[in-house]
Amino acid sequence: MEIATKKLLLEFMVTTQAKRKRKNIFANLVLSILAILAVSPLVAILGFLISKGIGALSWEFLTSLPAPYGESGGGMGHSIVGTFILVLFASLLGIPVGFGAGIFLAESSKESRFASIVRLCAEMLAGVPSIVVGLFAYFVAVLPFGGFSAFAGGFALSVIMIPVIARTSEEILRLVPVHVREAGLALGLPRWQVVMRIVLRGSRKGLFTAVLLAVARASGETAPLLFTALNSRLWSFSATQPISSLPVQIYTYATSPSEEWHQQAWGGALLLVLLVLGMSLFARFLFSGKKYGT
Amino acid sequence: MEHNGSYSGHNGSYSSHNGHVSLVGHGDNFESQTILESKDLDAWFGSHHVVKSVSLHFFSRTVSAIIGPSGCGKSTFLRCLNRMHEEIPGARAKGVVNFQGKNIYDMFSEPANVRRHIGMVFQKPNPFPAMSIFENVIIGLKLAGVKKGYVLNDIAEACLKQVGLWDEVKDKLSAPGLSLSGGQQQRLCIARALAMAPEVILMDEPTSALDPISTARIEELLVELKKTVSIVIVTHNMQQAARISDTTAFLLSGDLVEFGRTGEIFTNPRKSETERYITGRFG
Repeated sequence: MEIATKKLLLEFMVTTQAKRKRKNIFANLVLSILAILAVSPLVAILGFLISKGIGALSWEFLTSLPAPYGESGGGMGHSIVGTFILVLFASLLGIPVGFGAGIFLAESSKESRFASIVRLCAEMLAGVPSIVVGLFAYFVAVLPFGGFSAFAGGFALSVIMIPVIARTSEEILRLVPVHVREAGLALGLPRWQVVMRIVLRGSRKGLFTAVLLAVARASGETAPLLFTALNSRLWSFSATQPISSLPVQIYTYATSPSEEWHQQAWGGALLLVLLVLGMSLFARFLFSGKKYGT
Repeated sequence: MEHNGSYSGHNGSYSSHNGHVSLVGHGDNFESQTILESKDLDAWFGSHHVVKSVSLHFFSRTVSAIIGPSGCGKSTFLRCLNRMHEEIPGARAKGVVNFQGKNIYDMFSEPANVRRHIGMVFQKPNPFPAMSIFENVIIGLKLAGVKKGYVLNDIAEACLKQVGLWDEVKDKLSAPGLSLSGGQQQRLCIARALAMAPEVILMDEPTSALDPISTARIEELLVELKKTVSIVIVTHNMQQAARISDTTAFLLSGDLVEFGRTGEIFTNPRKSETERYITGRFG
């Protein structure tokens, strides 16, 4: 570079320094505001729910059945139990299938055509609107058995859980260092034993996280339950009977004309959010910054 | 190479003592029993030819060293000896490796079964995470179906004693294997390999991640171990090969350059490349 050009450039840099500084501050400011905007719905939702719903939460709310229309009091005890039962059924179906697929995906070679098809399908399944999952479950698990049931609801939720578990557990198993597998193989153990008894063992926490995230996701779903588990105003512990759940009960109450029931819906929503957020936070806490095997 | 020709006509039913070529030299006659040998072994990573037609044999109850500069294919060759090479995606091997007279690349041969007889210790100590010291030693046996607690206890104690770790860990057998120091972890990995009672243990630069004191302990241990098990060790440390091995093979860019008694290789190499390598002029 010519000396004169260099000098010119230097001068230019000095004269524009203040301007560049201003631009930088401005850009930082704009991005920070956008970031705050991005998370503000969470804060708003929580604040809203707490202010509206905290009044409804009581021992009675957690443990008793709904009061008849027009009477005050009553609760969502049956929906809380129902949600747990539905998630239990969903887990019984979804965890083995999800883990199986996750292990298969993690263990198959990167070039495997079949594995990439399975992975693509899992991704697409995760993207299927939940109302469609509900319709599918209606045709597969309600119509053939002649009625709405907790089992059908669990089936629908398991379809939501499977891709979540499969993809998360694949990611977690891919974190396992190669040397762990090699050490197992070098002992003369067959591949399935190395995977099932050694590799999985070091990933227990991560896999538990995968389940927790899937359960959190499933327990908040409404649409898959609308035409499968339906709803109930009674305690139900049967797999073959309709069953209540928090999301559907909230939906029912929120669309009712009763002011009393609106209150109950707010309380239920607060409870559901606390449940789901709690599980997600716990999962995060379990897996944050932890290396494989700890 | 020096030893070809002597294998013709044996086609796989090779028994360990039918008098093939013995190495030049005198002293104790450890050449009497070949436990493991490769014949025209080739290995690839994808299209990269890393081991080129290597024929080598290893004698029972000796320490055999494989030396050579980085990237010469010595680790790959070692991993072919118990069929670990093929576990890497895109890797393959072709040729014959006879273990106690049987070709481990035979179509009826089970890789898991091969590895039960030919164990392996890796460069970086790799105890199983989420397992205690005790579990690390016995997990192989346990998964192979050994259920009796007292058998497992006895074997764990014997193997930990064999690697000189027992006194250091006997009071904390349930502590995580990863809580030990690097040198202790590597001895734990050797104990884990020994627990399967292999005939051969392959070691891939087992001391290169360790400090000099831990290295010395492992070297002493190997000399002790060869009374019961044959050891093939890959090392980039020529002093180590000279100190502990009975035979040495020198590999260069995938070719076997020279193989012989360690004393001969280091004092009177036949090939000029060997001489240049061991005197530190390249590699």
